[in-house]
Amino acid sequence: MKKQAAAASGKARSLGADAWYRFKKNRLAVISLIFLCLMIVIAFSTFIIDWATDSSFYDAKVIAQDLRRRLEPPSWEHPFGLDEFGRDMLLRIIWGARYSLFMGMAAVFGATLLGGFLGAISGYYKTADGIIMRVMDILLAVPTILLATAIVAAFGTSKVNLIMAILISQTPTFARVVRASVLTVKEQEYIEAAKAMGASDMHIIIKYIIPNSLSPLIVQCTMSVASAILSIASLSFIGLGIQAPMPEWGAMLSNARTYIRDSWHITVIPGAAIMVTILMLNIIGDGLRDALDPRLKN
Amino acid sequence: MNENQPLLQVQNLKKYFQTPSGTLHAVDDVTFDLYTGKTLGVVGESGCGKSTMGRAILRLQEPTAGKVLFDGVDVTACDKRELKKLREQMQIIFQDPFASINPRMTVSQTIMEPLIIQNKIDKHDRTGLEKKALEIMDLVGLAPRLVNSYPHELDGGRRQRIGIGRALALNPKFIVCDEPVSALDVSIQAQILNLMQDVQKQMGLTYLFITHDLSVVKHFSDEILVMYLGQMVEKCGAKQLFAKPMHPYTQALLSAIPVPDPHVRMQKIPLKGELSSPINPPVGCRFAKRCPYACEACSEAAVPLRELEPGHFVACIKAGELPV
Repeated sequence: MKKQAAAASGKARSLGADAWYRFKKNRLAVISLIFLCLMIVIAFSTFIIDWATDSSFYDAKVIAQDLRRRLEPPSWEHPFGLDEFGRDMLLRIIWGARYSLFMGMAAVFGATLLGGFLGAISGYYKTADGIIMRVMDILLAVPTILLATAIVAAFGTSKVNLIMAILISQTPTFARVVRASVLTVKEQEYIEAAKAMGASDMHIIIKYIIPNSLSPLIVQCTMSVASAILSIASLSFIGLGIQAPMPEWGAMLSNARTYIRDSWHITVIPGAAIMVTILMLNIIGDGLRDALDPRLKN
Repeated sequence: MNENQPLLQVQNLKKYFQTPSGTLHAVDDVTFDLYTGKTLGVVGESGCGKSTMGRAILRLQEPTAGKVLFDGVDVTACDKRELKKLREQMQIIFQDPFASINPRMTVSQTIMEPLIIQNKIDKHDRTGLEKKALEIMDLVGLAPRLVNSYPHELDGGRRQRIGIGRALALNPKFIVCDEPVSALDVSIQAQILNLMQDVQKQMGLTYLFITHDLSVVKHFSDEILVMYLGQMVEKCGAKQLFAKPMHPYTQALLSAIPVPDPHVRMQKIPLKGELSSPINPPVGCRFAKRCPYACEACSEAAVPLRELEPGHFVACIKAGELPV
């Protein structure tokens, strides 16, 4: 109804606005998006607190140990309880969000750019296709975690190396996705129409191919952030990621597993944090996929 | 420009594709002249190379051999920059209005696009661009309220009007119409054809009208070129072709046009056999296998195009002797 009204009043809705309209109808996805945004804001605010207090708050509350009160279960004072060194779990989860979220996003952002670029080139220019895609196939043949482990093991454990490792292991997926959609779009008649107008290759790629092959990429992005977070957590769990005492969720989970029989909360809480984040990202990804898929449009 | 010089001269145009099973002769030795303001209809069955010919003329596909002279300039020899200048004067209208318009652009953006690419109007001059877009929308019969609509909101007829508007935006001299109405409903076909005829008169356009619909081409063209498997088989004035088809293929083709009168018994000339493969075609007449009049001589040597009557070219060794 709304759509007809919009068309009748002469106001147009672009495909993007149309997709947003459909996305809004998916209540679960909208709730997830709100929660994710909230989480990003909270994670970002930790940077501001650290900057404003010159990390004294972080040192005193997030890292400082209080061994007398170790493994204390959740209470009003500490809603998530205290961990094996007597540190507040809630604060550690909040401070940990920034590693998971922002490092995951950074890795996926990099992988999108790199993979997108490589995929677009190999989709558009036939000559480059063989070489680029074979290299991607080789990378794809190695399991993500194994590849990331190898990269981190070779270059040492640091945040940058961790991001690079995940970036490289995610790149082939993006290259494949973008290449596939570029190949489809390239054969469309409107590309030929643009050539008939005298448009250059660059113009065609930027104004025609990229906008029309974007939707699968957006969906892939959200899904990949989830798997990147999981990879960071996994690498931290096996000791190759974020190092103690930094409160990364995977590392917290790893340290806590010794105490799982006595104190459930220090294992369950970081695990739940990872699970909820990934679940939200996947729901958003599913919602986006449904919203952007023109076949579902009516 | 010299009035007596054709706007478009196509000389021995060839387009071959290399396929794993051999060379595909999509367009083979097509030659014709087209004068300003005229319409040349190109007919033939699906897969006979009509569209490929249109695209090869515009160099959307590189021709394998032959020359295309546009206004005396050899299109096939142009470099990138010269070609871009030429594109201003030759445009194309596509068959499928659902595939030929960028779904991410509004109506006005689509129509402005050629102006921006060819640098006709500065891309920062929004008012100038919008004024021109509205002018063209008016010309092709699109209501001004659709200016910001996206193609997915419009029906096939309106989309095809956008396609025509986009082709007209640069004020071209020559337009290749690649089956512009075959994807549309019959009622809308007539509207679009009338529109195309009106703008042809207004702007003095020259059309190369590719179609498989003979009744459309009769109504529309000055001259008709009949193609079979990439080759020209007959070319003459539209009236002449319908009155006196000389090539057996043309005769069969014309006999298949439905007659809108239930009392008239149609005398169809049935064609036997399948369209033979355009890959590594045999020498001689490519139609010989299906031709009711074929003899041995037909398959021995290439059949040249002969001018049997003034302006009436036929590629058949028996043409003229056959019953009409």
